[in-house]
Amino acid sequence: MIIDLPRFVAAERPYWDELNGLLSTMETEPERRMGMAEIQRLHYLNERCSADLSRLDTFARDPSLRAFLESLVSRAYSEIHETRAPIKFSWKNAILAFPRAFRRHLGAFQLSCAVTLLGCAFGWFAIHQDPHAKAVLMPFSHLSGSPGERVAKEEGAKEDRLSGVKSTFAAELMTHNIQVTILVFAMGLTWGFGTIVELFYNGVILGAVCADYIASGQGTFLTGWLLPHGAVEIPSVLLGGQAGFVLASALIGWGGRTSRADRLRAAAHDLFVIVAGAACLLIWAGIIESFVSQYHQPVMPYAAKIAFGVCELIALTVFLGWAGREQ
Amino acid sequence: MVFSYELATPALRALAWVVDAAAIGTAAYVLNKIAGVLSGINSDWAGALGAVFFFLASIGYGIFFEWRWRGQTIGKRIFRLRVVDAQGLRLQFPQVAIRNLLRLVDSLPVFYLLGGSASLLTRRCQRLGDLAANTVVARERLMEEPDLEQIAPAKYNSLLLYPHLAARLRSLARPEVVGYAIEAVTQRDTYLPAARVELFGELADYFRGLVQFPPSVLEGLTDEQYVRSVLRVVMSSRV
Repeated sequence: MIIDLPRFVAAERPYWDELNGLLSTMETEPERRMGMAEIQRLHYLNERCSADLSRLDTFARDPSLRAFLESLVSRAYSEIHETRAPIKFSWKNAILAFPRAFRRHLGAFQLSCAVTLLGCAFGWFAIHQDPHAKAVLMPFSHLSGSPGERVAKEEGAKEDRLSGVKSTFAAELMTHNIQVTILVFAMGLTWGFGTIVELFYNGVILGAVCADYIASGQGTFLTGWLLPHGAVEIPSVLLGGQAGFVLASALIGWGGRTSRADRLRAAAHDLFVIVAGAACLLIWAGIIESFVSQYHQPVMPYAAKIAFGVCELIALTVFLGWAGREQ
Repeated sequence: MVFSYELATPALRALAWVVDAAAIGTAAYVLNKIAGVLSGINSDWAGALGAVFFFLASIGYGIFFEWRWRGQTIGKRIFRLRVVDAQGLRLQFPQVAIRNLLRLVDSLPVFYLLGGSASLLTRRCQRLGDLAANTVVARERLMEEPDLEQIAPAKYNSLLLYPHLAARLRSLARPEVVGYAIEAVTQRDTYLPAARVELFGELADYFRGLVQFPPSVLEGLTDEQYVRSVLRVVMSSRV
């Protein structure tokens, strides 16, 4: 029991200040490595301040002193008692972490594909049944006209309509698509309902566009237009959906006995890796969409564009399916 | 070791967010100006950099600062708030990234209505991003020494005539009630007279219930004077 509190505070305050200073240094210089002597001192100061906090429980005093010590001890606790392995950054690990995380949650990706395909089928069916529904299903000006007219206009273009703005267009595509992917992922917070809605809606647009162009006999143009960037962009959005379903699964926790906090803690790394990987893919997709996809025959032969898109798709499949597999 | 976090209130978090929004706006403006300088060389590249810079400033600001400053942004640092792991462990980069990426949902439909509602309704004042990342926003406390002379001037204190009772009072008084008493004394002029009388009456009753001082000691002391004397006993070094 503390008999003389002011004397106790006066005696202990230098240790509290020292711990506070040490923690502040660690917080402002996270990459700094501590020597053994410094680590031992941190451990000693933490134990001393923790003991002070316990002793303070025996004494009535302004709660601000207790709150200060609690704040100090909690900061030291987080530095000392971390049990998760530190993430050691290396480019190889960073690149291989993406396909590994993807494969750990293959079921979520399959669900993401299934919902999108369902949306595609709905969009296809709706356009097939009612071609006038285009304005509702595809509320984009460049898709509202006749596919045949658009193809004739694009193929007969004498000037490059993106001349001087290709990089800006690519940057806008990248940022927009990354935001869409983050949104699809974030909607996992609604127990996955929001993710389903987003994926289904994207599928509806895709299905409707495909139905419209194929019905007009413009299948080759469509493939040459969509495949170079779509081979990467569409899987990236599906990856966002995968992350959304993993998040939803951790929130719901079917059949598991672990707490929600533990489930979310276990999923956090994979969620981040999948979303970050998808964002990196979308940077590539934005560049390709601006610099390749918008150019058609005779400037760029459809066969070359389709071959390029198929190569991308194969490369992405191989990367996600096999890269970093344990021997 | 048992310790608790003092959670940041949604209002305080909103104030920190206003500061952060201003910082993001300033950063985006400066980066846009830098990109604009390049427009003399290549306007296309300048436009692309402007779009990328704005995106990075809006998405990356929170991630960069909360990771670099262990859970603090400029706004949080000003208001002494810190993002911490809900289990008290060290904040991991994926947690920082996830809670910031999910701002997109928290900010829906406007002005963080969804995230704000979530932080009002959840037990730990967590917005949706905090729930997913398993984090809470805590208030950092500084060492605050109350001004004893203002709270309880060192005049003659009849309670100190009985050091054994004074010592008993010091050990029995609950810290949170002592805190309320300090707040009552420092804020006394802001209360209505009737409310003040009632408040000090309740506090005095609590302290009287802990230790029975002889009636001669308490003679002529109002409830407020009694509470001030108790505070002097609790917080002074003399026993």
